[in-house]
Amino acid sequence: MADIAATGSPSISASPKAAADNAALHRMIFIGLAATLLVLPFIPVIGYPFFLMKVLCFALFACAFNLMLGYGGLLSFGHAAYFGLASYVSAYTAKHWGLTPELSILLGTASGAVLGLAFGSLAIRRQGIYFAMITLALAQMVFFFSLQTPRFTGGEDGIQAVPRNNLFGLIPLGSDTSTYYLVAAVFLAGVALIYRVIHSPFGQVLKAIRDNEARAVSLGYRVNQYKLAVFVLSATLAGLAGSMKAIAVQLASLTDVHWSMSGEVVLMTLVGGMGTVFGPIIGAAVIISMQNFLAGLGAWVTVVQGAIFVVCVLIFREGIVGVIGKWIKRPL
Amino acid sequence: MFELLGIPPQALFGQLLLGLINGSFYAILSLGLAVIFGLLNIINFTHGAQYMMGAFIAWMLLNWVGIGYWPALVLAPVIAGVTGVIIERVFLKRLYHLDHLYGLLLTFGLALIIQGLFRNYFGSSGLPYQIPAELRGGQNLGFMFLPNYRGWVVVASLVVCLATWFIIEKTKLGAYLRAATENPTLTQAFGINVPLLITLTYGFGVGLAAFAGVLAAPIYSVNPNMGADLIIVVFAVVVIGGMGSIMGAIVTGFGLGLVEGLTKVFYPEASATVIFIIMAIVLLVKPAGLFGRTA
Repeated sequence: MADIAATGSPSISASPKAAADNAALHRMIFIGLAATLLVLPFIPVIGYPFFLMKVLCFALFACAFNLMLGYGGLLSFGHAAYFGLASYVSAYTAKHWGLTPELSILLGTASGAVLGLAFGSLAIRRQGIYFAMITLALAQMVFFFSLQTPRFTGGEDGIQAVPRNNLFGLIPLGSDTSTYYLVAAVFLAGVALIYRVIHSPFGQVLKAIRDNEARAVSLGYRVNQYKLAVFVLSATLAGLAGSMKAIAVQLASLTDVHWSMSGEVVLMTLVGGMGTVFGPIIGAAVIISMQNFLAGLGAWVTVVQGAIFVVCVLIFREGIVGVIGKWIKRPL
Repeated sequence: MFELLGIPPQALFGQLLLGLINGSFYAILSLGLAVIFGLLNIINFTHGAQYMMGAFIAWMLLNWVGIGYWPALVLAPVIAGVTGVIIERVFLKRLYHLDHLYGLLLTFGLALIIQGLFRNYFGSSGLPYQIPAELRGGQNLGFMFLPNYRGWVVVASLVVCLATWFIIEKTKLGAYLRAATENPTLTQAFGINVPLLITLTYGFGVGLAAFAGVLAAPIYSVNPNMGADLIIVVFAVVVIGGMGSIMGAIVTGFGLGLVEGLTKVFYPEASATVIFIIMAIVLLVKPAGLFGRTA
């Protein structure tokens, strides 16, 4: 995992003062992000709440994925499974059981967590390249399951026209703008949680495992338990993102569980900068905007995405935020 | 006629044959993956796209140039192998000093590009490819009807797999290859051109995938997406078998094809997922894979 570490943030800060400086910088960025999200719907052209919600859901998804890849050094190629299953659960419970948004999102997130626990405990038995193949294969199983149970998933049609119902049974989420603020709040909370985890003692151990697993083992850490914990956490947050997406976009479909979705979240993280806190957010914004603008080109979108993959791997491994971080000599 | 657990023998053996054919493709593809991984330390995600390319090259040879099935069986793997050599020289060569995962990501990107290009040009509906005249019709074996072409696919794949095993395990070239897999630096110090060996190995692996593609063309329609889902199943096969052993890859490939065929007879709903379930069980019982060495 050494090379992933090289592009990520350094594990040990140079001095307490530098660490405090970095924390202050991150707090500034976080406040700036919150302020931007607050005013964004009022800005013409890009301030289109439906589009912004989609970006935020995928940004949270990418951040959850990056928690595992960038900080745990674990490349999961099957994150669509947690995102997609949670999206189905949340859409189904909102539509057929008439649950309020917070309950259906909670159930969706829980389903992501349970699936993450099951798949994680299998996948951590192998490392590196096998780990990626196992997660991909397990996720494909979820795809086939979704394809074969149209009673639950709606098959090829997906679950359409998911009702938004009233938040806590009180606040109507009729307009896109009110839903947008809910999504933005959950997104900020999610990113704050991930930031907290990365900078906790748990996060330090994770980075140690990423940088040198054998050494972490010899220091007495139960490496597999840490890996499983970060796997479940990442799957849970991916589930949260998927559930929110189902409510916000009002659709859960096979696209959400397909392997191409797993590839997309890898691409977002790679473009934005893996192992950076804010990179996946930028990456998600870039990729979703690109899909929006190139939607008319049909299958060319796949070609463009593939080309971005190739370019990123060959000459742009740090990603956008990684490069900026290098430039200002601060971890972002 | 006898019946087995209420299943007519025609259905049972028909599905077993279909399973054996799928197993042939699993075996050839996982063999290619294992050979490439051994020397390049890269999981070739483009493998499915290269299998699809093999089928399309055969189709193009027939419809654009008028070259039939038998020459295509040799030409398509060679052409695909050449594109593989170019990919290795242009892209993969730059990644050997990096983490393995970057190889996976790069070849995934290449797979997206190739599949997207073919979908743009040919659409996703699939093109027909005729069974060659010599292999039409079939044999009545008494308990089942065996279409000649299907029998040929199983025999041809077995021959190619065993030939690959022979080259790697029993010839001098194979000995160089195994030496380079074990310790590239030392092998190079003995005067063997390891970078060339790596390039040719990748080309050979791609050629194997394309060969499977040509074999598949008359059975399944030639379709830009034909390799995309298959490669994920092959990944599961590789996890089950482990990539340490050539014979292991062959045995696991054919065996899992048969298991899948049996599942289609007795519990069709699970036939798409049975290989993934077996993978999960193997991970629980023997994490290194059936033929794997613990690294």
